Amino acid sequence: MSAETFHRHITLNILRYNPQDADAEPRLQSYALEEADGMTLFIALNELREHQDPTLQFDFVCRAGICGSCAMMVNGRPRLACRTLVAELPAESTLTPLPFFELIGDLSVNTGKWMRGMSERLETWLHARETEPDLQRIEERMAPEIAEAIYELDRCVECGCCVAACGTAQMRPDFAGAVGFGKIARFRADPRDTRDDDDYFELIGDDTGVFGCMSLLACHDVCPKSLPLKTQIAFLRRKMALIA
Amino acid sequence: MKTRITDLLVIGGGLAGLRVAIGAAKRGHEVLTLSLVPPKRSHSAAAQGGMQASLANVAKGAGDTEDIHFEDTVRGSDWGADQVVARMFVNTAPKAVRELAAWGTPWSRVKSGEREVVINNEKVTLTEREAAQGLIAQRDFGGTKKWRTCYVSDGTGHAMLYTVSDQAIARGVAVEERCEALSLIHDGERCYGAVARNLVTGELFACLARATVIATGGAGRLYRVTTNAVICEGMGHALALETGVAALGNMEAVQFHPTGIFPAGILVTEGCRGDGGLLRDAEGHRFMPDYEPEKKELASRDVVSRRMEEHIRRGLGVDSRFGAHLWLDITLLGRRHIEHNLREVKEICAYFLGIDPAEKWIPVRPAQHYTMGGVRTRHTGESPHLKGLFAAGESACWDLHGFNRLGGNSVAETVVAGMIVGESVADFCDAPENDLAAPVALARECVRREEEKLLALLHSKGEENAFKLCAEMQEIMTRCVGIFRTADGLQDGVSHLQRLLQRSRHIGIQSKAWGSNPELVAAYRVRRMLKLAITIAYGAYQRTESRGAHFREDFPVRNDRDWLKRTLAFWCREAEEEATLPHLEYEAQDVNTMELPPGWRGYGAKNHIEHPDTAERQFAVERIRNHVQLAGSDRFALQQELMPYLEKLPARLRGRNERLDEPL
Repeated sequence: MSAETFHRHITLNILRYNPQDADAEPRLQSYALEEADGMTLFIALNELREHQDPTLQFDFVCRAGICGSCAMMVNGRPRLACRTLVAELPAESTLTPLPFFELIGDLSVNTGKWMRGMSERLETWLHARETEPDLQRIEERMAPEIAEAIYELDRCVECGCCVAACGTAQMRPDFAGAVGFGKIARFRADPRDTRDDDDYFELIGDDTGVFGCMSLLACHDVCPKSLPLKTQIAFLRRKMALIA
Repeated sequence: MKTRITDLLVIGGGLAGLRVAIGAAKRGHEVLTLSLVPPKRSHSAAAQGGMQASLANVAKGAGDTEDIHFEDTVRGSDWGADQVVARMFVNTAPKAVRELAAWGTPWSRVKSGEREVVINNEKVTLTEREAAQGLIAQRDFGGTKKWRTCYVSDGTGHAMLYTVSDQAIARGVAVEERCEALSLIHDGERCYGAVARNLVTGELFACLARATVIATGGAGRLYRVTTNAVICEGMGHALALETGVAALGNMEAVQFHPTGIFPAGILVTEGCRGDGGLLRDAEGHRFMPDYEPEKKELASRDVVSRRMEEHIRRGLGVDSRFGAHLWLDITLLGRRHIEHNLREVKEICAYFLGIDPAEKWIPVRPAQHYTMGGVRTRHTGESPHLKGLFAAGESACWDLHGFNRLGGNSVAETVVAGMIVGESVADFCDAPENDLAAPVALARECVRREEEKLLALLHSKGEENAFKLCAEMQEIMTRCVGIFRTADGLQDGVSHLQRLLQRSRHIGIQSKAWGSNPELVAAYRVRRMLKLAITIAYGAYQRTESRGAHFREDFPVRNDRDWLKRTLAFWCREAEEEATLPHLEYEAQDVNTMELPPGWRGYGAKNHIEHPDTAERQFAVERIRNHVQLAGSDRFALQQELMPYLEKLPARLRGRNERLDEPL
């Protein structure tokens, strides 16, 4: 740890709006605070709520970049707030909620509801051959490289950054989004899943699916888990085009 | 008043709750789950290192069985565990791993042939056999005799939670997200469900159910420095405690994880040490072998955490403006290993510390990590005190972990308990005598009471600040009820916390919003958290011995003679508004039925005060062992003779577990 360092006074402009209050108008509210060593937006926002404004709404759960709860727009770019160090931000920054998702209030959005809907629609669970496996028996084998490749795609935390950054999603609310394609790619890579490309075509073979993607690919750039979304979408599109 | 009627109400959408829900749904029951957050955000996701199950696929796991997993677990618990529950657990853990494999969890797999690993600071070449190619791999963890921890890179909890949550979606399990249970609906004899609050709209509603399961995880946020997520505030524990009928077991048993990153307390996995990482002091000296020559960095968590704090007390910690810390060195594992098997660790180091752990040491210090105590239940998960109330996972005390949980046994417990309690809850719902004549009037009364309490809070003229009270509580818990405990410190802690509880009755709230209102939530939760904090501190004060994670400097020895018993805490119901202390009772453990009589753990202190029955039981166990061996019977027959348990498992979980070296 470094010795005493100079601490900036910073300003956070935060979008305030409570959709439950019929009279409320969205507005930006400015808060001033003193930076501290190792301060993340998690620490900063809690300090604001505890000392300046107890009404401020935001979501954090793990505060360690693992659970995906705290995605928000930081100076116009979707990020996980908990692992955003204030030191990396300019002296004045703007925080707004993720667009696209239902707003709960201030910086809190309902990603959970949308993700569950996406999961139901794309059937993002393993479609196994046997529904009641014999649990006493040795497990089915899988090549270590395949297991690692599946985990690579399984690392998605459903934070919503990719959808918030997506050009198509802004125009098409029923778009499955990179998160959805990532999941299809994940099950497609899994030899335990019995579905084939005909089945996946039924799920994502139209403009609400991979053919709606305009290849702007901001999803890839903003993914906090650095998932290979660009290649996966391109690959899926090629496979689905073969069916069409 | 809105009333939801269902067969099973599950409070908590993490691994334990969802697996119970799936079990009951598979048996044809309707399930409603309440979750503070979308289920995939639950703290289960943060478990990094893995899940113990004796599959014995890897070379260093050869010869592993349920028996060894059982002994490791009981020794880890410092003989606090219920040994029947531990047996049920170790027999089900391999089935749980295999079920998850069949449901899609991408477990890391064995690659046959030679590979280089780091063991005890030396590069060693291991040869994985051809027959194990592609089976589920295991890594080393603390307090275990074999490499038994199955893992998905270092995102095990995440991968497990996504698998189970996706299965719950596939089976149409209903989840009410952003809903919080405020109190249980009960009449002192039976639990009928819960009063819930929608955290967005503020709406209160009654959930009536034949059976209610608390699966809300731990209570780490009672402490200032914790690895736990911000939602781990022990609200499920509090639901049970506030009934005045159900008991909390062993709340003084609190685990501190050796490697919280300093000072934020974010966890870096035990897998770092399991894979060969070392602890070093200010001089760069590897100090654990000086204290624990047998297990070194891989003694159980309570022992390693204590040794670290001891070392810091000797002035050998690294000074920083936030206080002293030690180093975790994983540079010797090499970049490739870190980038493949410890990638969450790498990310955490990069984002929160700005360092690359392949090149630099990680600053660490023990942080609160796990709540061994919980809602006291039988081996079925049901409360012995309140019919129809069940608990599973970290919020339960069916008592798998006793006074110290082994790494890798927590996520294992969540799914194993889910499988077992899922069946027993379904049995409970199936039984006609448990049918529910929906007590709508009682529910209405309970909802009205909660509404009154909330309105009183909102319109209180009090001047206490909920956030400040919470911070004071966390400070006291960290200072007085931490790794090293003394009578003076605990007494001081209890009286401080009592004063805070009294002050919490005068909280004032600036925002009057009925709907989403973080300040209101903080206000009603801090009152409950204080009751839990007092229960922990008071239980620790009364327990005048040291056992597992509970360490009393003034009573440094484990005392089986006087303390081989579980603490049960009840909150006095009649005088709820006046009470500031729980009522404690003790439940003795029976040495005469133990498969593994109390002894030395194999690490840590070697002195303890014997229970008067131990010698006789030890003798009896030896006699049975010799007898069975002479008769030429196998390990299963021996186990059955020592401590029968199989009939306590649901029928479908009783079978043996196949291994490469142990065909069915």
